[in-house]
Amino acid sequence: MKTTYREAMRAALREALLADDRVFLMGEDVGAYGGGFAVSLGLIEEFGPERIRDAPLSESGFVGAGIGAALGGMRPIVEIMTVNFSLLALDQIMNNAATILHMSGGQFNVPLVIRMTTGAGRQLAAQHSHSLEGWLAHIPGLKVLTPATLEDARGMLATALADPDPVLIFEHGTLYNMKGELADDAGAVDIDRAAVRRAGSDVSLVTYGGTLFKTLDAAEELAGEGIDAEVIDLRALRPLDMPTVIESVRRTHRAVIVDEGWRSGSISAEISARITEQAFWDLDAPVVRVCSAEVPIPFAKHLEDAAVPQVADVVAGARQAVGGG
Amino acid sequence: MVADFRMPSLGADMEAGTVVEWRVAPGDVVRRGDVVVVIETEKATIEAEVFVDGVVDQLVVEVGQEAEVGALLATLTASGEEASLTLTETPTAAPAPLTPARPAPSAVDARPRHVTHSPLVRHLAEQAHLDLVAVDGTGAGGALTRRDVERAIADRGYADPHARAAPPVAFGGEPGRVKASPLARRRAAALGIDLKHVTGTGPEGAVVTADLVGVTPSTDQGASPAVASRHRPAADASFRRRVALGNLMARSKREIPHYYLSTTVEVGGPWDRLREANERRPVAGRVLPAAVLLWATAQAAAEVPVMNGHWVDGVFVPGDAVHLGVAISLRGGGLVAPSLRDAERCSVAELMVRLRDLVGRARTGALRTSELSDPTITVTNLGDQGVESVFGVIYPPQVALVGFGTVVERPWAVDGMLAVRPVLTATLSADHRASDGHDGARFLTLLAHHLQEPELP
Amino acid sequence: MTDEMASGGDLDLLREMLRIRRFEERCVELYSATKIRGFLHLYIGEEAVAVGVLSALGPADAVVATYREHGHALARGIPAAAIMAEMFGRIDGCSGGRGGSMHLFDAVTRFYGGNAIVAGGLPVAVGLALADHLRGEDTVTACFFGEGAVAEGEFHESINLAALWDLPVLFCCENNLYAMGTAVARSESETNMARKAAAYGVDATPVDGMDVGAVVDAATAAVAAIRRGDGPQFLELHTYRFRAHSMYDPDRYRDKAEVEEWKHRDPILLLTRRLRADGSLDDHHLEALEAEVAAEIDEAVAFADASGLEPVEDLTRHVHSEAVPR
Repeated sequence: MKTTYREAMRAALREALLADDRVFLMGEDVGAYGGGFAVSLGLIEEFGPERIRDAPLSESGFVGAGIGAALGGMRPIVEIMTVNFSLLALDQIMNNAATILHMSGGQFNVPLVIRMTTGAGRQLAAQHSHSLEGWLAHIPGLKVLTPATLEDARGMLATALADPDPVLIFEHGTLYNMKGELADDAGAVDIDRAAVRRAGSDVSLVTYGGTLFKTLDAAEELAGEGIDAEVIDLRALRPLDMPTVIESVRRTHRAVIVDEGWRSGSISAEISARITEQAFWDLDAPVVRVCSAEVPIPFAKHLEDAAVPQVADVVAGARQAVGGG
Repeated sequence: MVADFRMPSLGADMEAGTVVEWRVAPGDVVRRGDVVVVIETEKATIEAEVFVDGVVDQLVVEVGQEAEVGALLATLTASGEEASLTLTETPTAAPAPLTPARPAPSAVDARPRHVTHSPLVRHLAEQAHLDLVAVDGTGAGGALTRRDVERAIADRGYADPHARAAPPVAFGGEPGRVKASPLARRRAAALGIDLKHVTGTGPEGAVVTADLVGVTPSTDQGASPAVASRHRPAADASFRRRVALGNLMARSKREIPHYYLSTTVEVGGPWDRLREANERRPVAGRVLPAAVLLWATAQAAAEVPVMNGHWVDGVFVPGDAVHLGVAISLRGGGLVAPSLRDAERCSVAELMVRLRDLVGRARTGALRTSELSDPTITVTNLGDQGVESVFGVIYPPQVALVGFGTVVERPWAVDGMLAVRPVLTATLSADHRASDGHDGARFLTLLAHHLQEPELP
Repeated sequence: MTDEMASGGDLDLLREMLRIRRFEERCVELYSATKIRGFLHLYIGEEAVAVGVLSALGPADAVVATYREHGHALARGIPAAAIMAEMFGRIDGCSGGRGGSMHLFDAVTRFYGGNAIVAGGLPVAVGLALADHLRGEDTVTACFFGEGAVAEGEFHESINLAALWDLPVLFCCENNLYAMGTAVARSESETNMARKAAAYGVDATPVDGMDVGAVVDAATAAVAAIRRGDGPQFLELHTYRFRAHSMYDPDRYRDKAEVEEWKHRDPILLLTRRLRADGSLDDHHLEALEAEVAAEIDEAVAFADASGLEPVEDLTRHVHSEAVPR
């Protein structure tokens, strides 16, 4: 069927709410407003205000409440409108959600799902354009997912809800309107494997989330130059599916990581380090990273475009990897 | 019964404290909870209490003295008084300080240990990416010696105890792809070395740069001394060359029974003739005495084959021609000895041309692999440096080394009369397994003859 | 133990307070002898609050506390031996040795920590109550925090959420007048915590936290109100800690005279005096009680000493659940 990323996510939510009474959605404007990005539009009419629960602007409060509700036997889906606001809830996420299982010696698990919108590209300026999923992937005890395709938007939620431990799902803001074909019976998918979206032999382009499609476009352009690029969609940043990445680098001998986070200390640095640790002898060139420039994301369109990885940057990175060495 | 009062731990990061004031004296009766002493720590001054009822017996630590946590501060004896409303507790002997299973971040023994290693040890370790923490020292006081480091480099199976890297996935690779570091790969390409023939000593058996030292396309015996590379910083390369050369010389001395002969040749005539010949030639085409020396050696080596070849597996293998090794000193320090191939067929002039070109390329690291393959005999010429004679060390697997000193003016017998003549001392270091003094003498005599009768252009 | 407490026996209240007092005193010794490491926050002086409030709860209710939670853990029914072993970092500790003094957890008694971030437990308590509310259960979540937590945004977010959604939370503010070294008047523009809570539309009651009887009465009433559906309740319990904030903080910020003054209102002293006066307690009784408590604590220390250490090979356990529950 023809659908959009947003509609696929909504279908996933609906399916989860229907399948399990313990599931409920809580966040700012998820109910009456229909969701900050219209993902939960129509759900409050179907499931009522107890299960589609509008929360006040209290990120720490309602994320912590989600943790408590999960401890208390529910299966909450907490929606933080964007990753930018999650900073207010970071204490609850790191010190409680990720840590209670450990601190209690294994007695209490926290089966919580948190969904957040992330990324830049809509001229929302510095405080509304962060990509912090790499940061959160630093924390043991959490799982971090970055669905980029319709199948993943549709299928990751169910698997995340079935997980006994906290799972964070990041939805890139530019993907909601993305249209495409989705199988009518599309269902749950795994949340710990990367996917090779385009097979190639000259260079491995490793990316996730919103930048997947720019990377695929870059691969097309590179094909025109005689460079056959393999594109890997990580799908999850924690755990990282390194075997898939390494297997690819073994064949291509070159890696380019495309990451919308700022370069310094980003998830691309982690992946690069692991490639060096595990596939050093297979590299014919240093690992190349294409990341956001070290600047808060500016408002002016041309500046924002320059700050964030674009197709041309990925192409240049691939050329560098292939030409250099 | 006596109870101990020990320095209490008064905070998560306290290691020791100083007694500032005793609130009790020997003989005082104390009750559980009474403050008996005031302790100063780095953070604060704290009143410390006693946990038993009793009578103060001895104050062990004086005011102003420092004591570690757990150290005995005072002793008490059991009081004879009745139990108070709060039940009297039997004085508990202070338990021995507990060693935590995992040290607290501020544990006493977390001070970094200051260990100095010799610069050589550090350098070798750095180059080999060896963590010295993991290496046992056999030197004085447990110090690390070079041998310790070399041994550790050789036994590369050690594991870094601090690493929490994911277990390395086995090198699958394509068939034919050799595991080699990028640097080794590049150098091998520059030197024309096929990586497949190199034994790797790096992690997981990978070929690293050190493995290329002494490797040539035709042989992997590691006999040649290290070759300069234009890609590396001079200091680093020179050090490595020196190390490699040193190893080679040590091996030579260990394995080859050297014998030494010398002869002094009067060269006034030939040198004069050379000078005259040069005057007739353009500057660029002038022949240096060095070329004459090389030519003479090549001729003599062709005539005394037992001086020209290799000692391999207990047998002398004569060279197919005279590939004359020329020891060239490099600007950054160190030595290379590339060969002039088929030198016995060249004239003095031709040798000069080839020598000039060879020295130039040796000094810029542009030697060809064929030149790096083993010479069959080597000449070392320290004439420029003013040394009269040089008894050198043979480069294995060669069996002879010819040395030339500088030309000096010496008293000389000419037609029964004393004169002063320019003379040159030629020496032979030879392998007694391949030749004997008789051969050596014959060689030197022929050499001297050729020196005095050079075929000049 | 819990059944007897529920019947409100004064002697039981005394026993519970004594257990806490002697346990904490023993911890002082053990810490000084380096057997307990890290941070140690003692509840000495505040026993009446935990004992009184928890006496009003049932086994199905939930408790969220702070890092000064030994008293709450003991009063809730976590065995002293398990708590002591946890303080020693041993495998038989109530949190498997993974948490230590500040992170006591127990699934059996629904004891959700032991939270070391001031006010960090409040949203979690709201969530536990939310779960009960969504399932239509009449259980109560008691949430303990100090007056220092009232300065944190999370307090306001949590009490607002609880009031807005009508959640069964019993907010227990243990006002001991000092947030570590800062007196309440130096950190709160409005020092009447009950007033603040009332501003969110929550029933709020000040309580003399040194009088265990008063605490029992106030808590019982509040719990009943919650179960009745009156919404969350707030108790401001005025109390005082006789010891420093943590193990031998130099306590520079308090006047010694003030501490001595408060010791006249030692909850154990007050109760003992009352019980002697009405004939329920005599020396013999008290001695027996003390002996019983001492024996329990001795056993707890012996248990902790004998307990082993978790093998280092198991270091990375408890990052993810090992069993999928339900």
